[in-house]
Amino acid sequence: MAQQTKKTKKTILALTGALLVTSALTACGSKDDDTKTTTTTEPSTTATDGTTSERYAEPVTLKLMIDNQTSTEGIKAVADEIEKRYNIKTEFDLRPGGDEGDNLVKTRLATGEMDDLSFYNSGSLFKALKPEKYFLDVTNEPFMQNVMDSFLPTVSVDGKVYAAPSGASQAGAWLYNKKVYADLGLSVPKTWDELKANNEKIKAAGKTAVIGSYKDSWTSQLIVLADYANVQADAPTFADDFTNNKAKFADTPAALRSFQKLGEMQPYMNKDYLATTYDQAIKMLVDGTGVQYPMLTFALSNIFATYPDQIDNIGVFAQPADNADKTALTVWMPAAISIYKDGKNVEAAKKWLNFFASPEGMAIQATKAKPEGPYVIKGAQLPDDAYAGVKEMMPYFDNGNNAPALEFLSPLKGPNLPQLTVEVGAGMKSAEDNAKAYDKDVEKQAKQLGIQGW
Amino acid sequence: MQKASLTKASKRLYTYKFLLPAGIIYFVLFLLPTIMSFFFSMTRWDLVEWNFIGFDNYKTFFSESSLNIGFRNTLIYAVVTCSLKVILGLLLGVALTSGLRIKGYLRSVVFFPTLLSTIAVGIAFSSMMHPSQGLINKSLALAGIVGPDWLGDTSIALLSVAFVDVWKGVGMATVIFIAGIMSIPEDYYEALQIDGGNAWDRFWHITNPLVAPAMNSVIILSFIGGLRSFDLVWAMTKGGPGFSTDLIASIIYKQYQGGFYGLSTAGNVILFIGVSLLAFPLLKLLSKREVDL
Repeated sequence: MAQQTKKTKKTILALTGALLVTSALTACGSKDDDTKTTTTTEPSTTATDGTTSERYAEPVTLKLMIDNQTSTEGIKAVADEIEKRYNIKTEFDLRPGGDEGDNLVKTRLATGEMDDLSFYNSGSLFKALKPEKYFLDVTNEPFMQNVMDSFLPTVSVDGKVYAAPSGASQAGAWLYNKKVYADLGLSVPKTWDELKANNEKIKAAGKTAVIGSYKDSWTSQLIVLADYANVQADAPTFADDFTNNKAKFADTPAALRSFQKLGEMQPYMNKDYLATTYDQAIKMLVDGTGVQYPMLTFALSNIFATYPDQIDNIGVFAQPADNADKTALTVWMPAAISIYKDGKNVEAAKKWLNFFASPEGMAIQATKAKPEGPYVIKGAQLPDDAYAGVKEMMPYFDNGNNAPALEFLSPLKGPNLPQLTVEVGAGMKSAEDNAKAYDKDVEKQAKQLGIQGW
Repeated sequence: MQKASLTKASKRLYTYKFLLPAGIIYFVLFLLPTIMSFFFSMTRWDLVEWNFIGFDNYKTFFSESSLNIGFRNTLIYAVVTCSLKVILGLLLGVALTSGLRIKGYLRSVVFFPTLLSTIAVGIAFSSMMHPSQGLINKSLALAGIVGPDWLGDTSIALLSVAFVDVWKGVGMATVIFIAGIMSIPEDYYEALQIDGGNAWDRFWHITNPLVAPAMNSVIILSFIGGLRSFDLVWAMTKGGPGFSTDLIASIIYKQYQGGFYGLSTAGNVILFIGVSLLAFPLLKLLSKREVDL
């Protein structure tokens, strides 16, 4: 017995030793590989076409901090063109997205280690960074003349502008499978009741009418958030009153309605909505087992990347209001690109942004990344091969039937909204209770951020 | 003569000099942040600027609507994981110190989950616990059983996570128990054999009382671990659905994510005090139980 255990001990020791050695070897190997790749990319290929007098003699490298969930293809295309023209290289510094990314950006700003350029959400999240302390005031820069007025308030503090748009806007709306709609003889709903009637028919046909993907709890907020253009049609001053502690979700009928709408959808959702993820929801929508999905239109790009042949089969409609002539589309503004005030290459960064935020820059971006909504740069056109869903959104812009989402109009967005909307959407709590709970959550945030009037 | 000049006081100081390097590291990295956190918990703080607001953060923290769920869940989680780890760990420890032929192999099998990353375990189990696509419910379906939605059903979601915690943590408990059992001298068992005791007597009258120091370590470690547990819950449910699996630690983390640094610091101070209030009396109570070998 004892001998046997000794033997096994020996073999185990030998095995672990072997493992350690091999892992050390592989670690060395990968290190070698890394250095190799960096050295091979070192010699820069300088193109002769498109050179301007503003071109730097020596290459300048700018770092751009961007989250790892945004597709960088389009921005890279513009960055390559900038390198050709101005000899300014762009290094992409990837950071996590979501809340973790927020913390990272805030920490980097606080410790004075921000990159030359920062890519970040516009609206309430941007303002929470205190841009006036860290970013360059670009109000009077020539490139800001190109930017549409609708974008400016989302990146301004006290009338000064601190960022340029990173691309096209998008909408919070309902994506739907056009083929199933046609098969069942349905038409795009103009009122909330029509939407529910459609849901009944889809359910009767044995399909999921409304896809819920609450495993990724942020997706549960969409029905509430995408309703804001409708709220504003009924209560035009809600955003200001909400920010100034004069209006609440719970006692403003139009705003409370957003939570009620969410609560009414539970019977139409897929069975596993608490365990379904965003990626699974996209798959359901594309293969037609799920027919409608309340989502941001950036999902169109995900669909295009994974199921390119199905992209024209996905349509978009605005979340309907109770009354057809109040139905409007809720718009999400593009992310903001800002220049770090204390960066080493502020002048180069200005040049970078000057080209990036031009109609030409947007056109180059469109060659690699199709827009998920209209551009907010004056003179930038949608490309002809834009997604069918985006083309379907255009009437809402042509007729002016749209409004920015609340988070672009107010610095307040309670951090617990995803959990609260999961509870309402899953029928664990009533719309009224959680509208109240959300008001409390917002109050906590306003007090913590030290906003006046709270 | 030199030696004689060392007074008693300087002799004492002399020994402290050796403690100084470790003491400085401990002070800078552990004590100082703890003291600072008491201060920052009373401020509105954005990591750069702070302004003093007294006990407002504590008031806000205690009025948090999900806090009741958090306290209840934290206690349930700590008690369930701790007791299961003790019971299963002790049984496994006894089994793996017996004459089993393959006990060496079994010991590594039991210990193996402890080596895995908690986040990886959480992600793997949350996909296995998917109500229709997951491995667990698909296996149950073969036997004709319709499995529940392990992580979606609010009444069992917390227990599902606790189960995974036990799966992952029982190896460590077992190893501690094995060490405890091995250190019991063989003489006691021989004496019992002479007196004609059976296997149950061996366990109940010798192993059980004499393994108490090991058991206390397991209880303390797993109970405190349960109270401040966070990573597994975050990887598996992020406190959801809704707030149903929120623990104190996940509530604090969400406040930190919201940018409420002062408030979340206050939460951590409360957690610190809470864990101390529970852990110290527990330690005292348990050390009374220990029997000297």
